[in-house]
This record gives sequence, structure tokens and C-alpha cells, in this order.
Amino acid sequence: MAEPLLAVRGLRKRFGGLVATDGVDVDVGEGETLAIIGPNGAGKTTLIGQLAGDVRPDAGTIRFAGADVTALSAAARSHRGLARSFQITSIFREFSALDNVALAVQAHAGHSFRFWQAARAEASLREPARAILERVGLGGRADVVAGTLAHGEQRQLEIAMALATRPRLLLLDEPVAGMGLDESQRMVELLRALRGHHTIVLVEHDMDVVFALADRISVLVYGRVLATGAPDAIRLDAEVRRAYLGEGQPA
Amino acid sequence: MTRPRRGLVTLAALVALAVVPLIAGLANQPFYLDLFRRIMIFAIAAVSLDIILGYGGMVSLGHAAYLGIGAYAVAVPALHGVHSAWVQWPLAMALSALAALIIGAVSLRTSGVYFIMITLAFAQMLYYIGISIEPWGGDDGMRLARRSQLGGVLDLADPHVFYYVVLAMLAVLLLVGERVIEARFGTVIRAVKSNEPRLQAIGVAAFRYKLAAFVLAGAVCGLAGALLANQTEYLTPSYMHWTRSGDIIVMVILGGMGTLAGPVLGAATFLLLENVLAAWTVHWQIILGPLLVLVVLFARGGLLSLLPGGGARDG
Repeated sequence: MAEPLLAVRGLRKRFGGLVATDGVDVDVGEGETLAIIGPNGAGKTTLIGQLAGDVRPDAGTIRFAGADVTALSAAARSHRGLARSFQITSIFREFSALDNVALAVQAHAGHSFRFWQAARAEASLREPARAILERVGLGGRADVVAGTLAHGEQRQLEIAMALATRPRLLLLDEPVAGMGLDESQRMVELLRALRGHHTIVLVEHDMDVVFALADRISVLVYGRVLATGAPDAIRLDAEVRRAYLGEGQPA
Repeated sequence: MTRPRRGLVTLAALVALAVVPLIAGLANQPFYLDLFRRIMIFAIAAVSLDIILGYGGMVSLGHAAYLGIGAYAVAVPALHGVHSAWVQWPLAMALSALAALIIGAVSLRTSGVYFIMITLAFAQMLYYIGISIEPWGGDDGMRLARRSQLGGVLDLADPHVFYYVVLAMLAVLLLVGERVIEARFGTVIRAVKSNEPRLQAIGVAAFRYKLAAFVLAGAVCGLAGALLANQTEYLTPSYMHWTRSGDIIVMVILGGMGTLAGPVLGAATFLLLENVLAAWTVHWQIILGPLLVLVVLFARGGLLSLLPGGGARDG
């Protein structure tokens, strides 16, 4: 069998006395959508941080696309095809929506030691950026200053920036966090459309979203993977229900 | 707020500066030529600082170090009989760039208060080195035998020629600065200030761009230092003193961070205030202090934002 796109082995991270990641093994196959669920404090965001390269693990390896990326910086991993969205919206607030995405395109279009030509006049940056904004449903909001976009739009913009780096794997940290029902539904539709084209690792609290999108689900509790399986199997797993979904309640 | 109007503000400022010698001549006040030349030299230094401080969010409290290095690069060769500006000025920029490369390579690994403190420490170190080199005047400094020689028709000993040389340099800096800020490089530098973790996440290794901006800013300020030595016809290590770095920061904030015209306005306001108020009292900063507080509280974009068509760039 071919090596999975992402292969994590024995990942460990502790912050002082707190073990945030405690020997995590995860495989994500090409084209798959893996959801990581777990109660608050289970170490989901720390795990994403280690996968993206913002948090250095104490032990373990992360292999991505056939190479060990454990020691690589976030920027270097981006060039290998890893893209992330942040749990707390992270955008260039003073830039327009289009400028945000164009900068992400620029980051993958050679070096930025160019001092003379106006970046806003470079069609090779603007046109792909415009197309991606269109794709995530922000086509009409291109010139709006990003910090003034609605919360849901800012989350869409994060996805657009991730897509602009032409990723092989999308790491999405709670993409519908803080969204209203409408916004949340739009985001699910967007992610559903991306599923076929991208491999996705999704951290999410909203079980409706998880069951709507995931091919497989891993349950993280106290930094350990409690169970991994198909959505239906996870829904029925007694241990998972006790630990997370709430015993006795239908999921 | 729009770009054409910002450009207009800059153009108006340059035109105003261009007619200063005429007015000074008509009013028979040659002193104003001297004062406004000094303003433009500090404007060059302030604009260079604003590239890293206002646009890039890197608060360097050691920018005057390059002012001093630039001045030494004029005065020391002059001491040995080398007066050509074509040697002195490139030397000023190269040495300042080199110093900025070393200082930046260390300090840019930190951020916030640590960055401020390390840049301050480096500048103070250079200041004390300057004080201790007796052959170069030590604490007292030394007189510059003659101004840099440009050769041909441009004789800096002529106050008008010197004035317009400085003005031309400021104009070129503002023009090039506008291009650089809008180009890919400037976009990355502005993004550093806006959200550096995000920049890393989309694949930009920010350090090399920050360092490049730091070196560029240092080199330009080194040129300002070379001009300053010519302006005062004197070299003193106090050009590098940390209070001088503070003055340049005040100019940037007063005029408007993150704009190119702002630091020019800030330098003019600062030095004009100094000039007018110092005639009344040596404690002229008693007036400057509250003014700065008012600007920071009520006009975040600096004095420039109070002008029609002024204000910070739109992202």
C-alpha cells in the first residue's frame, strides 16, 4: 500500500506538567477527510499546531508526502503543500480581502525581493486570487477591508488564503466556530465542495458538521487517540459516547 | 485617503520645500536655508526609520547609530584627505548597511520590548566606541575640514546647491519608497506588521525580508548621517546617542507612522518647534511632550492625518 499523505507517529508534547499530546499516531490518506473530535482541552489545537509547524513536538515524527517534515518551519511546510486555518480568525485585517489572498498567491510565486512593480498591478497575483475569492463565495467582497468583513466572511477568507497556497492538505481548526446557523451551513457547503479535490484534516466541535464531512473520525481525549473509525462506527462506539458524545444521548 | 491624493500631499510638500530658498532670499534670512536643509536631512532619517517602524512594526530604538556611522564615513576619510562624495557617501551607506545587517541579524530574532532593548544596546555601544576613539575626536568630536566634493558644477560649499542636492535626495527617496512599499517586498513588510504568524502560515519565511528592510533602512539613514556631517561641518558621537534615536521616533510618530510624507512633516514640526521654542526656553520639550501626547491620543495617524488627503495608507 502506498504511504499515506500524512503519517504521524508517536507525537508527544508537554507544556510543563500538562501533557497536551501523548503518543499520537494518525494516518491521512490522499483525498480523505479526517475529522478530529474531542472534549475541550483534549489537545486538538496543539496537535494542529504541531502538524502546521507552529508548535515543536517533544518527540515523534511527522511525515508528509513521503518526507519527514518534523523539523521544518511553518513556512517551509507551506511550500510542501500544508495549509491551515486558525481557530481564532487570523487574517491581514488592514488589507482588502483580495490583497489577503493575493499575498498568499505571492508567497508561492517565487521570492518577494521585488522592489519596483506594484504588487496590486500584477495580474499573475490578482487573477488567481480573484478566482479563489469567487470560489469561496467572496467574489463580491474583494475590495472590502478584511477586518470589516462579517465573522463568517472572515472564516471564508481564511479558507481562501489556504487554497491560494495550492495545498495538498488542508488543516482546518474549527472552521465554523462562532458562526450562526446560516453562515455555518454556507461553510459546510464550501467544505463539501473542497472535499473531492483536497485532503482535509478537520478539528471541529459541531457534530453535525463532522458527520456531514468526515470520511473517518479520530477521537482525541487527554492527548491520546481514543478511537479512529468510520463516522457510523464512532457514533456507536460505547467508549466514545462515554468520553465525549454524552452517554445516553443520541449523537 | 486615496493614493493620488496622498501623492499630491507629498508633491505639495516637495514644492513647498523647493521654494524655501526663494523665500529665505526675499526675506533676507539665509538662516532658514540652513534650518530647512537640516529638516530635510532628518526627514530622510525619519522616512528610513518609518520603513521598518511604521510599515514593518519593528520599533528600533537605535536608528541614530546609522546617522553616526554615516557622519564618521564622511569625517574620517576627510581627516585623511579623501573628500570625494563619491567615496564618502557610498561608504556611509555600505558601512551602515553592514552594521544594520549585524544588528538586525541578532535583534530580529526577538520582538517587542527585547527588540527595542537590543537595538538600543547596539547603538549605545557604538556611541561609547565613538567617544573612546581619540584620534577621531573622542567625546568632543572634530571639525570637518571641508564639505564632501561632488566635483563639476555641484559645490556643496554653496548653501543653495547643498540645499537642492538634499532636496533631490529626499524626493528620490519618497518616489522610490512609494514604489518599494507597493511592490511585493513592501507588501510582505506591511504583512509582517499586520500578522506575522499568518505570513509564516501562508509560506513566507519573514525573517529574511525583515532583515532586508532593516538593512535598507540603515543604509538610507547612513546617507542622512553623511549629509548631517556636511550640514554641521562637524562630527560628534552624540549623533549616535540614544536620545537622538528617540527624536527620530518622535518625528515619525508625530508626523504619521506608516506613511512616507508623515515623517517629513514630523521632522519639520519637530525641528521648527525646537527652533522657535528654544529661543524662549531651554526646556522647549515641555511644549513638545504634551503635543506628542495629544497627537497619540487624538490623531493616531499623526499630524498628516489632519491634513486633507493625508492619512495612513489603506492596507
